[in-house]
Amino acid sequence: MTTQNLPLAKAINLGLREAMLADPKVVLMGEDIGTLGGVFRVTEGLKTEFGEHRVMDTPLAESGIVGSAIGLAMRGYRPVVEIQFDGFIFPAFDQITTQLAKLTFRHEGALSMPVVIRVPYGGHIGAVEHHQESPEAYFAHTAGLRLVSPSNPHDAYWMIQEAIASNDPVMFFEPKSRYWPKGDVDTKASGYPLHASRVVREGTDVTIVGHGAMVSMILQAADVAANEGTSVEVIDLRSLSPIDYAPILASVAKTGRLVVAQEAPGFVSLGSEIAATVHEKSFYLLESPVLRVSGFDTPFPPAKQEAVYLPDADRILDAVDRAMSY
Amino acid sequence: MVQLLTPEGKFAPSASAEEFLPYFEKLTDADYRKFYTDMVTVRRYDTEATNLQRQGQLALWVPSHGQEGAQVGSAYATKDQDHIFPAYREHAIAHIRGVDLIQLIRQFKGITHGGWNPFDPKHKNFHIYTLVIGSHALHSTGYAMGINLDGATNTGNPDTDEAVIVYFGDGATSQGDVSEAFVFAASYQTPQVFFVQNNHWAISVPVSVQARVPLYLRGTGFGIPGTQLDGNDVFASYAVTAKHLDDARNGRGPSLIEAHTYRIGAHTSSDDPTKYRTDEELQDWIKKDPIARLETYLRASGADDKFFAAVHEEAADFASDIRRRTLELTAPGPESMFESVYSDPHPVMDEQRAWLAAYDASFEEEA
Repeated sequence: MTTQNLPLAKAINLGLREAMLADPKVVLMGEDIGTLGGVFRVTEGLKTEFGEHRVMDTPLAESGIVGSAIGLAMRGYRPVVEIQFDGFIFPAFDQITTQLAKLTFRHEGALSMPVVIRVPYGGHIGAVEHHQESPEAYFAHTAGLRLVSPSNPHDAYWMIQEAIASNDPVMFFEPKSRYWPKGDVDTKASGYPLHASRVVREGTDVTIVGHGAMVSMILQAADVAANEGTSVEVIDLRSLSPIDYAPILASVAKTGRLVVAQEAPGFVSLGSEIAATVHEKSFYLLESPVLRVSGFDTPFPPAKQEAVYLPDADRILDAVDRAMSY
Repeated sequence: MVQLLTPEGKFAPSASAEEFLPYFEKLTDADYRKFYTDMVTVRRYDTEATNLQRQGQLALWVPSHGQEGAQVGSAYATKDQDHIFPAYREHAIAHIRGVDLIQLIRQFKGITHGGWNPFDPKHKNFHIYTLVIGSHALHSTGYAMGINLDGATNTGNPDTDEAVIVYFGDGATSQGDVSEAFVFAASYQTPQVFFVQNNHWAISVPVSVQARVPLYLRGTGFGIPGTQLDGNDVFASYAVTAKHLDDARNGRGPSLIEAHTYRIGAHTSSDDPTKYRTDEELQDWIKKDPIARLETYLRASGADDKFFAAVHEEAADFASDIRRRTLELTAPGPESMFESVYSDPHPVMDEQRAWLAAYDASFEEEA
């Protein structure tokens, strides 16, 4: 039996376990990840299995966690760091952007930085401030980092292992609203490289690109659109930096229309970047402008307003209608 | 304050020096002369680099003048297997650990952000400079955590047991990363020494703004013991650092050293210290010069003019060799910008390198 039906959180847990079994230099660090198993239980059982030296309950200091992970990587370890919630990553912003991202360049290639930073991110969980954000664009802007985000349990299982195997720092954005729904995980074969984007639904009229939790929202919208007679092709971005444009450009060559959907605010976002690039590369193939569906350019609001703030299937369908109206 | 050699060059250990004296007693006259030679050599180098900056050869220089005692003594206290994380003014330590000092010139000339590979055995684990104040304190602590995980310390063999020393200034003690490094070091009982060179000025801000208690006490609340020493006394710097490093490699965890010293020159070649320091203060510290006091001591114990003349001639040769090689340095090609951003292949780097080559080639075709 090589296929298991698992929630995404458990798939990451199994992926971490595989990586730790394969390489004794893989160590986990973070707040509450050991005895408690993490606030989302992603690391549950790993401290018991591998011991406190490989699954470290660290002091409560994000810069300290990332900065000491850098030192461990200098020593030859492959640290996997958990940031407890998206909005708590900023105390580590300096260590991530001025140190982790640049140390290989600063050492002229003499030093690799195989550090993975796991970041539970995104909304739809009704939580308090700083617990529902999508900060990926801040990091995508920084050279030296790689960013990925799985949308489903199968990808989560494989991508965490591939991220740990990378010799570069990888920021691993985990869509926390998708931690619990189950999906099939083929534990024999990944099927896609870490930095590949993937067509997850074929269609002919309009292409919609998204990542993380937004992929399931887009697929819901695609079902509704199909009932209304519009054929939507859906692409799961998977890798946020670098972006694998080939499947996106091939899809746009077919549909002539592109919508980019994301939970993050739209201003200077991944959606902006994709829209600009597709306009540059596929100008004559486009039947309509590339449209973005995003969170509003406000702070993430209190939970009672999150349903309005976060793009839902209707907002995506509205963009599909606008794209089709050209 | 631990002091072995008074500013007048007299060997008169302070009462607090007692526990460190056994380390000093292992030194020989040849060691004293080596300390002196390195202090003079690096000061001469520092002067040359300052001149090169003034002549437009370097974008910036960070003078080390005045801090040679703290640096040379502590550097000689390290063992080959130890790892050293410098800030950016530790030229004497770089020299002692085997880094060719032209590499520092390359950095400040704008040729590289680093300059040497700390993991190449010839550089004896001397890490590259860090310009974000205090951020490397955490790297040193993480590295020391790795030493513990590897079981590479506290085995009872002082020739192989590893320790880490990290250098930073008085200003850096205000950085959150330094406090977080103290927390992690104490939590994981890392084999490391935090070495603060208190040169009394963080650019224009006096140390009294950074701390209302002596800096060697900064670690107390974190569970990290500290020692204050006269940083212009190379013997004190050697003996105290040797003991602290031994304690680290013997499983006694992290500790802190505050070396009282003074930056005789400017913060960098872009700075004008006359705007914030008094000449009286400067003259006072010049009287405590680390090189002058060792010279007095060496003369009293038999070193003759011939020795001093030879040292100064050697230092002058070293500096003129640096000058000659600085003038020969060339800038790297533009394509190197795309190398080493990532360790693994990266499509954006390949694409932009190719784009730049094609763009440059387009001008050649026009010409």
